[in-house]
Amino acid sequence: MREAGVRHREANDERTTTVTGPTRGFLGRRRERDPRLPPGQYDAGKDWPVLTAEPTPRISPETWSITVDGRVEHPTTWDWDEAHALPRAEYRGDIHCVTTWSKFGTWFAGISVDTLLEAARPTAEAHFVMATSKTGYTTNLPLADVTGGKAWVVWEYEGGPLPIEHGGPVRLLVPHLYFWKSAKWVTRLTLMERDQPGFWEQNGYHDRGDPWLEQRYQGD
Amino acid sequence: MLGAGGRAPAGGWRTATVREVDRPTPRTVRLRLEVPDRIDHLAGQHYVVRLTAEDGYRAQRSYSLASSPGDPLVELLVERLDDGEVSSYLADVVEPGDELEVRGPIGGWFVWEGDAPALLVGGGTGVVPFVAMARTAAELGRPELLRVAVSTRTRAELPYLAELEAAGAVVQTTREASGIRPAGRLTAADLVPLWEPGQDVYVCGSTPFAESATRVLTGLGVPESAIRVERFGPSG
Repeated sequence: MREAGVRHREANDERTTTVTGPTRGFLGRRRERDPRLPPGQYDAGKDWPVLTAEPTPRISPETWSITVDGRVEHPTTWDWDEAHALPRAEYRGDIHCVTTWSKFGTWFAGISVDTLLEAARPTAEAHFVMATSKTGYTTNLPLADVTGGKAWVVWEYEGGPLPIEHGGPVRLLVPHLYFWKSAKWVTRLTLMERDQPGFWEQNGYHDRGDPWLEQRYQGD
Repeated sequence: MLGAGGRAPAGGWRTATVREVDRPTPRTVRLRLEVPDRIDHLAGQHYVVRLTAEDGYRAQRSYSLASSPGDPLVELLVERLDDGEVSSYLADVVEPGDELEVRGPIGGWFVWEGDAPALLVGGGTGVVPFVAMARTAAELGRPELLRVAVSTRTRAELPYLAELEAAGAVVQTTREASGIRPAGRLTAADLVPLWEPGQDVYVCGSTPFAESATRVLTGLGVPESAIRVERFGPSG
């Protein structure tokens, strides 16, 4: 885990007039830090805050589909029934939002991104993925971050339909990165040769977003 | 279609000095900070405040700015959450002269650059970025660019009430009658007179407020692509 204080000291080395160290009178609530909590995060408990930049779209399962295209041998689109006929895959574990909440022990179900990529067959030049939502939201990921059992396309949460405000009917799930990478209302995964910034990545947020490295903003 | 602000500046960590502290409403505290080597923000951007305990434990939260880029100080409005370890510290402990670690400005989407007509629809402390926008419009001599509608539980609970009304805001109260209007949410009838094609629409507030307001707006025919939303989750 990177020590965030390194950056802190660097920032203040440039300003010798300022004082570093503890904030006067701040005790903090949690003295026992849960080892599941990445740096700078707190346990949201039962809450699951909603953070999106656009109006919540109403998408019916009949009109939803997921397409894998770009640098692939077989660009492929699956509709709702076709996607549900693929082997079911689940994620049980924690999620982390850049706005500093984490949620432990979540349970999502859908399909593995590996299953989609096996059918579409990325070419040798494919190194990055752009996920696109029904709303036009985009987020970019290294291909290595969505392969090998690390990413899912999910439609179930805690055994029920994924709520619309949390990306239902179907969202991307990449839980080892900050949650803006888990695009809500996902409809397309485009394989790319070169990296391109997505929506938040163009708007000041980190290109990769590893919570354990606290990669929140550009320059982290 | 969602796009990028593109021109939004982003700044690094600074040690700010608290210059002014007051409490506009019982549940909010207003902090005015002097930030050295400040990078000018755009109205709508936010700052992160990071607190460090003696043992190195850290907590950080994001707060919208109420100040305009031309303000010599940076103004944050913090809602005190009962179990909020950062907001309760900022509300109960901080006093003028204290130093706070801050980082900003951050965010390139929910910003108003001062040159386009906009409809601002805020709920509760979701009005804070709209205060920054209204102050920016006043500084630019372009107050006519902005139309503002605000929802609050009661008038007494709304920070910046007088300032927003002076900027022409329509204020709707959900827990008390206001004039001849019974208590209730913002409705299509409130927003119709404010909406004009070509406006960018900014919605800011709690998730239920944002959902309700965007439904009313799209029901009026406002294109979804014209609506930018900032939702407040509980993040104490």
